[in-house]
Amino acid sequence: MLPKQTGERYLLSSSPHAHARRTVSSLMLDVLVALLPAFCCAVYFFGRRALFLAGTCIAACLVTEALCRLAMKRENTIGDLSAVLTGLLLALNLPPDLPLWMAAVGGVFAIGICKQAFGGLGYNPFNPALAARAFMLISFTGPMTTWTASAWQISAGGMDAATTATPLAFIKKGAEGFDWSQAALLKDLFFGNVNGCLGETSALALLIGACYLLCRRTITWHIPFAFIGTVFLFAMVEGGVPPLVHVLSGGVVLGACFMATDYVTSPITAKGKLIFGCGCGLVTMLIRTAPTGAYPEGVSFSILIMNAITPLINRYTQPKVFGK
Amino acid sequence: MTAILTATLVIAAVGALAALALAVADRYLAVREDPRIGLVTAALPGANCGGCGFAGCGDYARALVAGTAAPGACAPGGDAANSEIAKILGVAAEATERRVALVKCCGTRSEAIRVGDYNGICDCAAAAATAGGDKGCRYGCLGYGACANVCPKHAIRIEDGLAIVDKRLCVGCGKCVSVCPRRLIELVPASATIHVLCNNPVRGPEVTKVCGVGCIGCRLCEKNSGGKEAGHFTFNGFLAHVNYENPPADATLVAKCPRKCIKEDPHFEAGV
Amino acid sequence: MKTVKAQFGFRGGIHPQYHKDLTADLPIERLPLPRTLAVSMSQHLGAPAKCLVKKGDAVAKGQLIGERNGFISAPVHAPAAGTVTAVEPRQGPTGGWADAVVIETAEDPSGAPVLMPPLDWKTASREELLARVNDAGICGMGGAGFPSAVKLAPPPDKHCEYLILNGAECEPYLTGDCRTMIERADRIRLGVEIMRKILAGPAVRIAVEANKLASIAALEKAFADIEGNVEIVVLPTLYPQGSEKHQIYACTKRLVPPGALPISVGCVVENVGTVAALADAVENGVPLTERVTTVSGDGVARPCNVLAPVGTSYADLVAFAGGEKDGVRKVISGGPMMGFNVPSLQIATTKTTSGLLLFTAASVFQYSSSPCINCGSCVRACPMQLNPAYISRAVEANDIAMAEGFGVMNCLECGACSFSCPAYRDVTQFCRRAKASIRAKAAAKAAKK
Ligand code: SF4
Ligand code: SF4
Ligand code: SF4
Ligand code: SF4
Repeated sequence: MLPKQTGERYLLSSSPHAHARRTVSSLMLDVLVALLPAFCCAVYFFGRRALFLAGTCIAACLVTEALCRLAMKRENTIGDLSAVLTGLLLALNLPPDLPLWMAAVGGVFAIGICKQAFGGLGYNPFNPALAARAFMLISFTGPMTTWTASAWQISAGGMDAATTATPLAFIKKGAEGFDWSQAALLKDLFFGNVNGCLGETSALALLIGACYLLCRRTITWHIPFAFIGTVFLFAMVEGGVPPLVHVLSGGVVLGACFMATDYVTSPITAKGKLIFGCGCGLVTMLIRTAPTGAYPEGVSFSILIMNAITPLINRYTQPKVFGK
Repeated sequence: MTAILTATLVIAAVGALAALALAVADRYLAVREDPRIGLVTAALPGANCGGCGFAGCGDYARALVAGTAAPGACAPGGDAANSEIAKILGVAAEATERRVALVKCCGTRSEAIRVGDYNGICDCAAAAATAGGDKGCRYGCLGYGACANVCPKHAIRIEDGLAIVDKRLCVGCGKCVSVCPRRLIELVPASATIHVLCNNPVRGPEVTKVCGVGCIGCRLCEKNSGGKEAGHFTFNGFLAHVNYENPPADATLVAKCPRKCIKEDPHFEAGV
Repeated sequence: MKTVKAQFGFRGGIHPQYHKDLTADLPIERLPLPRTLAVSMSQHLGAPAKCLVKKGDAVAKGQLIGERNGFISAPVHAPAAGTVTAVEPRQGPTGGWADAVVIETAEDPSGAPVLMPPLDWKTASREELLARVNDAGICGMGGAGFPSAVKLAPPPDKHCEYLILNGAECEPYLTGDCRTMIERADRIRLGVEIMRKILAGPAVRIAVEANKLASIAALEKAFADIEGNVEIVVLPTLYPQGSEKHQIYACTKRLVPPGALPISVGCVVENVGTVAALADAVENGVPLTERVTTVSGDGVARPCNVLAPVGTSYADLVAFAGGEKDGVRKVISGGPMMGFNVPSLQIATTKTTSGLLLFTAASVFQYSSSPCINCGSCVRACPMQLNPAYISRAVEANDIAMAEGFGVMNCLECGACSFSCPAYRDVTQFCRRAKASIRAKAAAKAAKK
């Protein structure tokens, strides 16, 4: 028989007994909030399609997450919001006219194969949203690379609206004689008046979100800075299209600020993050400018490649002990 | 077409080269081992439990052949393995009794009080280092499974905050003994059936304050088993301990213990 | 004497909520003598003292009841007159058990205290002063309790160039040192002069965090006309600025190599409270038998700074602080970052009990940890520039050797990593666990040889 308990039963734990009270879900919520401006832009430019796509992706991710955890007999983790974030990021990486069922397949793939199969948040080697996007690019090549004109048709002189190409495809085609330096073009790129994936259009909206994350210290400056800086420098040295056009078009800003900074799949130290960011920028530009390559855009692949070598970077960039 | 052909040929050539290199290496670079090492390794059970103090059965075999270790350290192999090894090495084997681990505590969460709600990593040493552990009794099993985690045979399970060894699975390697921060696991002869499941040597009133089944050292067990002369029990402070050189066999002792801490073969409790 | 801003900051560290306003402006109050005291023989780092009394003995205030027992050890004195009712193992604030002398204090404590003869530090020799520090049982009152006599007698091949006074008190809630600096600044000055003599005239740096303006002002006044190389160094308010290594860096830019003591870079660091106690011991012959403890947290009715004899039970301290509020969930001996959790209030203070904090469910809670998300918060927070995330994962996988490779032995157990971890992982506890098993292994190896 249990003896009578005398006195209070206090909590017993090892120090520290104070906590910053930041949780995984609050971090994820920060990123979701930071993506709001970009998402609003997407809705503004692409209308209801954007809402549907995002809704489908997020729902697919959440359901998959819950089912996987159930199947693995582990605690339910949809509360940490990471699945919501993956869903939204995936949606922002899809072209506006993708059939909804394909988006759903992408969501299931992202969570089921790219995340939970490895053990869940913290164990996945690749950014789930990007891995799913790469998978979809290969499986649904057509729909994933078709861009119908948005309500806000490209107006910049000369960039042909009829082809409804993204600026990058336009670059790849080799737009001889096109005047890249015109201010109207840069303005369109900056404010989002171009074709592209849902989240790729307005650099401004993305940068607002990135600033929010930096202020909240949810992310550090290292990866975005190194990534964008490398793209800029590379373009400058290469001397083709103006560097700013390269930075503002396609997924560079979205990738650098929101995808490459994914904690789980990027290096842990500041030094490692700088190397990682530079690597992403370099591979992106190599893919973009390779004369024989098939892809006009390289952000997703570059980040995935760098994800793969993150353990290696981590190994060689361990911090140096104070006093040594 | 030619491209495919070239590719195939190149790969075949690379393969052939590698095969040649391997063959050469095997012929000229091979380490010549004492053939007895293989024989001894085969005689060992291959449990790789590490209980002998070596990294695995192979290492132990090498040490045996080199003469730096004596046979008899392999608990899982038992006498069969020992005599086999002794035969290979040409030395005399000593018979040993099979020993199994015994957790000398029966203070489950429903029998022994906890003085706090431990919140931290699930490890007994870590819990013991946090305010001295959350268990009221500072000699008892904490139940955070450090022993279960090191057991190569998965012979230990935690039930209601108490570690329980499955005697049939245990090979007596002793890993759990050294990892337990409370030092309450003992290797005992597998044939012994009556055990005192308590590890608290302090005075009765202190024990009953924290545990409903703790030994108070009343010596009734000794009296009931033929007195001091019979020598079935020894005492450390206010704690009875079975003398495993001369264990008691009378199962009625179990019912006669006023504290209910004498148990008959607890290994098979809970219907294992 | 001048006041300067610290030149050399360290990377890492955190900004917890300090809550010092609860007690920072409250003068130190003296606790009425409790009825019973349980004086532990193990109040310092190193070997426990050897008990000199037994049950039934009458003891006088200041009487030696525990003898220094080994090179790193310190004597223990009776904090009050009374009768010894028991000498038995008691659980101490760190959770470990050690012999304690339980004294029933005399109703009428008029009996003359046994004091050591006062010393004039100006004429006394260094050896005499050092012997006094030892005889008075002085040890570090900041936390670890390192015996001061050992610290003040560096090996002959080492010379102390800097004496650093640790007044950082970077732990949240604690204000004992802060008040001591305000109320006993002249004592601290005297202590500094004595220590300077013992250490053959090192430069003096008094390190105080910038959030203690009143303490800095009091020290400036007390030290205004002191001669020699003395500076008050104002440190940025950053946890764990009170760490020895980081303070030495802030004051001298010297780096203490891993595993080495401060004296290896010519520094001796002593807590301000200890220095004041040392002055008492030399000038008045009073052994160290009482200390200031901050009783605070949202679980006590009247947070305060209490001067109480060593061996006072936590229950007495809490009663003095207006009692316990409803719903206390956690009791901490020390500060919230590095303090020890205790299971009950039936525990007695020691020479190192800087604080007693009671928290209700509003400020502490049961958490559960999730896998590491590699966010790097802990890496950025770690003042030792370790990689707590990797260390914790290695320990989790039972790979202590790998944790050692990541330099876990340099860990201060400061708690900055766990504080910052969004996954609520017990990062610090994993480090502690690894350190304990590495030490145990080394000890076992040494024992074998
Ligand atoms: S027997 Fe020892 S190691 Fe095993 S659970 Fe109990 S306290 Fe832990
Ligand atoms: S229970 Fe203990 S002695 Fe038995 S096999 Fe497991 S670890 Fe080895
Ligand atoms: S507890 Fe150790 S590992 Fe954690 S931050 Fe402090 S020094 Fe670094
Ligand atoms: S703070 Fe926690 S989650 Fe983040 S890297 Fe460190 S251990 Fe992992």
